[in-house]
Amino acid sequence: MSLLELDDVKVHFPVKKGLFFDRTVGHVYAVDGVSLSIEAGQTYGLVGESGCGKTTLGRAVLRLNDITDGGVVFDGTDLAKLPSEEMRAFRRRLQMVFQDPLGSLNPRQNIESILSEGMAAHGIGKDQTERREKIKDILAKVGLPSNALSRYPHEFSGGQRQRIGIARALVLEPDVIICDEPVSALDVSVQAQVINLLEELQESLGLTYLVIAHDLAVVRHISDVIGVMYLGGLVEEAPSDALYAKPRHPYTKALMSAVPVPDPEVEDRRERILLHGDLPSPANPPAGCRFHTRCPWVQETKCATERPPLLDTGDGHKVACHFTAEIEAGTVKQTLATGIEAVTGTETVAAEAVEVSEGETETEVPAADAPEKAPVTVPAQADADAKEKAAAAEETGAKASDATDVEKETADATDEASGATEKAEGSPKA
Amino acid sequence: MSLLSVEELSVTFTARGRKDATAVDGVSFAVDQGQVVGLVGESGCGKSVTSLALMGLLPRKGVRIGGRAEFDGQNLLTMSERKLRDMRGSQLAMIFQDPLSSLNPVVPIGIQVTEILERHRGLKGEKARKEAASLLDRVGIPDPARRLKEYPHQLSGGMRQRALIAMAVACAPRLLIADEPTTALDVTIQAQILELLKELVDQEGTALLMITHDLGVVAGLCDEVNVLYAGRAVESAGRRELFAHPTHPYAHGLLGSIPRLDAPRGEPLNPIRGSINDKIAWADGCAFAPRCDHYTMECLTGTPELTEPRTAGHQVRCVNPVLPTAEVPA
Ligand SMILES: Nc1ncnc2c1ncn2[C@@H]1O[C@H](COP(=O)(O)OP(=O)(O)OP(=O)(O)O)[C@@H](O)[C@H]1O
Ligand SMILES: Nc1ncnc2c1ncn2[C@@H]1O[C@H](COP(=O)(O)OP(=O)(O)OP(=O)(O)O)[C@@H](O)[C@H]1O
Ligand code: SF4
Ligand code: SF4
Ligand SMILES: [Mg+2]
Ligand SMILES: [Mg+2]
Repeated sequence: MSLLELDDVKVHFPVKKGLFFDRTVGHVYAVDGVSLSIEAGQTYGLVGESGCGKTTLGRAVLRLNDITDGGVVFDGTDLAKLPSEEMRAFRRRLQMVFQDPLGSLNPRQNIESILSEGMAAHGIGKDQTERREKIKDILAKVGLPSNALSRYPHEFSGGQRQRIGIARALVLEPDVIICDEPVSALDVSVQAQVINLLEELQESLGLTYLVIAHDLAVVRHISDVIGVMYLGGLVEEAPSDALYAKPRHPYTKALMSAVPVPDPEVEDRRERILLHGDLPSPANPPAGCRFHTRCPWVQETKCATERPPLLDTGDGHKVACHFTAEIEAGTVKQTLATGIEAVTGTETVAAEAVEVSEGETETEVPAADAPEKAPVTVPAQADADAKEKAAAAEETGAKASDATDVEKETADATDEASGATEKAEGSPKA
Repeated sequence: MSLLSVEELSVTFTARGRKDATAVDGVSFAVDQGQVVGLVGESGCGKSVTSLALMGLLPRKGVRIGGRAEFDGQNLLTMSERKLRDMRGSQLAMIFQDPLSSLNPVVPIGIQVTEILERHRGLKGEKARKEAASLLDRVGIPDPARRLKEYPHQLSGGMRQRALIAMAVACAPRLLIADEPTTALDVTIQAQILELLKELVDQEGTALLMITHDLGVVAGLCDEVNVLYAGRAVESAGRRELFAHPTHPYAHGLLGSIPRLDAPRGEPLNPIRGSINDKIAWADGCAFAPRCDHYTMECLTGTPELTEPRTAGHQVRCVNPVLPTAEVPA
């Protein structure tokens, strides 16, 4: 049996309206029926674009998000139905590493205090001396000097902070580590250090990983099995090499063809499958196949009406598309133009599109918080102002979006450490 | 002569009560009409500061700028604020990583675009609106007439970046500076935007200075590539030459440490040790020395000169460049 099994997991966030936010007017279908299993000692990589539900799924496994429906079976126990007190014991065995290490580390605590906090909470080590020994041991494993103990997070570089984040998970002796974008905040030259470290630790400690990332190259490098998510659901799952050698789902094909490779020879030969339009909103996902509004192969039958299940097409290669075989055999052709035309002449393309996708090629924009009337007066210097603003934003604003993540992740960390009962916090990122 | 030629550009921040911080330390490169030149390097290596200096968008106080940046024969670095503002509308344009911060949140997209058309091209009323709609259409925004009435937050990230590109190209600038224009976007949207930029260069002959940390983007887009490290260009070459023969130990190491989508699983990565924090001042020697496997005592005797150890035009700032043993010059 697999160590971790997700069975049709759904996480729907209610969208609240009204004076007291007391009316539920809809749901964000962040994760909408995901089944997957992860073998002990293996790495499962979850990829997909921003907002497709990767983080929500990872958090659901740890019950940091309420699970609307479905099962999360870890080592034979369904965590989804476990009372909070019993969940505590499992929490130690399932740890999380976050994207922004600084945001998830309390700046006022030194490294020893950060690392021993969780240990004390879970009763690891009989006293601080014993804990300190253990911490030193782990610090060495993640490649940090033991004098790091008395230092503070800001004294470390990004890569070192990520090592601290990994150490914080490791001191609790977990079986599974969920890594949410573990290297995406790091410089390219440092990413490889952390990727290698994760691989070494897996080897020596027999860890099981769920690695969540938007970078397909990183995921392919590190994973045994890859799951591709689109709008809350898995569209394809396969062993890493098989997925690369032969992506079968139209979305995976497009995704792979869009990843730049640092090699001009490859880049010049590449044929991009350009998708037009944006990701639809998970608050209002398209009916039928969720990808049908952007799928270059969309067909008149089924695609807009029936949601394709994730089916094994042989050798553990699973695909959720009604026309996998036909697309492969070339008996169904691309119906939406791709390539440069799709980018520039969007209107023509849309006009040529088969009926089912008409009028659905655009994103749903939540009109809710649009200012009703904005001042129409334009400052005489709008142009210069905007640019100055932009210049300033380069320094500070560019990091502002990270800051939100920081808050979110600090909240995560607190949740985790205290094992408090979770409530749905945060608001839709949109 | 090149459209833009930057020579020994340096930028030092001189905040009172703090040590002077040199963010850009003698960067030179040139951009021709219709050419895409890449500035690539890791966080903090001076990419954005370089572009802001060229656009005249650095604060006037607390900043010391050195070197020259000739655009069409005129030095941008010494130009009057007034003249620069004029240039920015018509000849030079810039797009940023975060389009939301460069758009005015309370003004509809349409007004922001027509304002530029009015100011720099003298178009008014219906004419300006028509031109604005055709610009949005040109950058692939569907239903442009409706989008013009919308506010920036009503557009998705990809749409906003397109709107910003529309505004940047509204006056057919001769040079477009793009600072990480796709970093905040999903990879399928990134592919759309990169195609769009390529097309602008091909069809309009716009020169593009592309700033990015993504070597994959560079490999597909740039004609010439400059790799920056700690405020200096350490290697400059044509795209094919650079990726086929990375010769500076940093560029060489960087390429060896990136997981590639097309590399077989299990192929180990060779990280560069340490981090950008481990550096010495260029004045004392090679800033990369603390992380370099090729380091010798010679590396600590002042800034290494740019040389061409492989082929003409392939410049490398290193005393022990990475050369195949057979090729080492006698
Ligand atoms: N607490 C919440 N309440 C309401 N909606 C939420 C909440 N958390 C996430 N969402 C929404 O659920 C969807 C999935 O979000 P999630 O963070 O899981 O995506 P992701 O795949 O991790 O994206 P990214 O790559 O940007 O991290 C998004 O539309 C997001 O806005
Ligand atoms: N206004 C400022 N005052 C002082 N130092 C600054 C200022 N702006 C930038 N710097 C410093 O200059 C250096 C170069 O910054 P720059 O923003 O150009 O880096 P970058 O290459 O664009 O990095 P990134 O990839 O993170 O955008 C950094 O060390 C930065 O801290
Ligand atoms: S089911 Fe239809 S729309 Fe969905 S991926 Fe397959 S062909 Fe495309
Ligand atoms: S000059 Fe020396 S330290 Fe610098 S990159 Fe070359 S060999 Fe390495
Ligand atoms: Mg996420
Ligand atoms: Mg920058």
